[in-house]
Amino acid sequence: MALIEIKNLTYTYPGGSKPSIDDVSFKIEKGEFVLITGPSGCGKTTLCRCFNGLVPHFYQGEIKGEIEVAGINTLEHRTCELAKHVGLVFQNPENQLFALSIEKDVAFGLENVGLSREEMRKKVDWALHQTGIYDIRERSPHEISGGQQQRVAIASVLAMEPDIIVLDEPTSFLDSLSAEKIFEVIYRLNREQGITVVLVEHRLDLTAKYANHLIVMEQGTIRLEGEPRDVLCNQETRLIGVGIPKATLLYEMLKKEDFSLGNKPPLDSEELADQILEALK
Amino acid sequence: MIEAKNVHYSYPSKIEALRGISLTIRDGEFVAIMGQNGAGKSTFVKHFNGLLKPSRGTVKVDGVETGKSSVAALARNVGFVFQNPDHQLFSESVEEEIGFALKNFGFEAKVIEDRITWALDLLSLSQYRKTSPFLLSGGERKRVALASVLAWDPKTLVLDEPTIGQDYEQKEKLRQFIMQLQTQGKTVVVVTHDVEFVAECNPRVVLMKDGKIVADGQGQQILTDPAMLELASIVLPQIAQVFAKLSVLGLPKNIIDIQEAKTVLLRAKEKRGQ
Repeated sequence: MALIEIKNLTYTYPGGSKPSIDDVSFKIEKGEFVLITGPSGCGKTTLCRCFNGLVPHFYQGEIKGEIEVAGINTLEHRTCELAKHVGLVFQNPENQLFALSIEKDVAFGLENVGLSREEMRKKVDWALHQTGIYDIRERSPHEISGGQQQRVAIASVLAMEPDIIVLDEPTSFLDSLSAEKIFEVIYRLNREQGITVVLVEHRLDLTAKYANHLIVMEQGTIRLEGEPRDVLCNQETRLIGVGIPKATLLYEMLKKEDFSLGNKPPLDSEELADQILEALK
Repeated sequence: MIEAKNVHYSYPSKIEALRGISLTIRDGEFVAIMGQNGAGKSTFVKHFNGLLKPSRGTVKVDGVETGKSSVAALARNVGFVFQNPDHQLFSESVEEEIGFALKNFGFEAKVIEDRITWALDLLSLSQYRKTSPFLLSGGERKRVALASVLAWDPKTLVLDEPTIGQDYEQKEKLRQFIMQLQTQGKTVVVVTHDVEFVAECNPRVVLMKDGKIVADGQGQQILTDPAMLELASIVLPQIAQVFAKLSVLGLPKNIIDIQEAKTVLLRAKEKRGQ
């Protein structure tokens, strides 16, 4: 059975004139790295809020359809029951950090679950190591850089050992090198720990290479879905206004001019450079 | 014209955020200020409309020293759009939000109406005219904040991270709009991490690190210099990355534009064929 299964989901915010999510159905399997993209206002963030029950339990509004996450019907179970399975990381880490030290912030979720001190210590240390912030664990989350803050936010959800981590544009406030490092951390958690990742992003230049499942949304619906290379080379994706990675675009432009490159569209500069070197050998 | 001379700034916590910055931005220039988180970029541009006053040194806007002038007096000429739109939005509807400054500047009702319509249309927000800004998505709120400043048509526009949360189409519109402003002789200063956006615009790029300027030049030069970018915690734009990896072919390295990339590669292929 799929880890996340959504069937005919339609949702309207209180006071909204039209649905933010309009008859959406899809499945996410365990261990996938899913990238969700689409024009701003297309419903990406709203969809993320469905995964841990913030929609509809916190935001209210009108909802129809079915959502099952890790075998739990989110419409019938509360956000706190889902927190063990789904961790949510927001765009701006400042909005979710509050404790006096980094390790206290990371431990907060576990304190609410009622674990023994030793168990908690073990999980917190593990999460701090995984995200590379163990050495600064005693510092205040408010005096560290934005990149470090976002690692703290990720560590906080990681400590709960969730099945799924959902990240909503987690690096948009970061410089590109810090952003790349965060994506590497997430990718490693996906590959080595088998954690399912759902990442909402506009910047496919930086992220397409990590994903094995790409979802393109528009006006509350899913317009395209599948293997990233296929979706990114589909003309429809371009018409929706998705920012195709430059390496993929250049590959297509060169192909049109009979430049003999391989048949696998590249997702980053490395893949494209290799194909060009091969062609010009 | 904006002239910063040896600007130092320390926050009340004694942290020295700016450590001697001198920079001249001429009328009609498009400048991107880039650098690591915490490099002092936002602190620096907040001096342009007097939100912050230098601890040492001077900032002059069109000859007026900002340290000796009020934010209210400077705002008419220097429009500022903050990084986080929630720091500047407060009205009940998008329309009121955009009209607020126009009313304060004493524009006539008819002009205000026209400017609101113009700004909404420009930023694809017309359908939200009567909506509360707080019901909109992050990317849309960001555009409302931008619209509310564009509406009063300031001579200089300072945009702090304007592309955050924006999709490709909105970024492209923003790029075209900035180009259009330039032809009208307006000055645009953008603080950004978005290296692909800067690569597409190819403006003058000022790199900051630890409260100082470490490089200043045309985008095409700065964004294709790996050592310089690493210093400022910036990743090369994807096209420049490709050419950095093609060094064995002896092709030029300073390429950030996709059309130019295509031309250069097709020429290289032709040469091989001969």
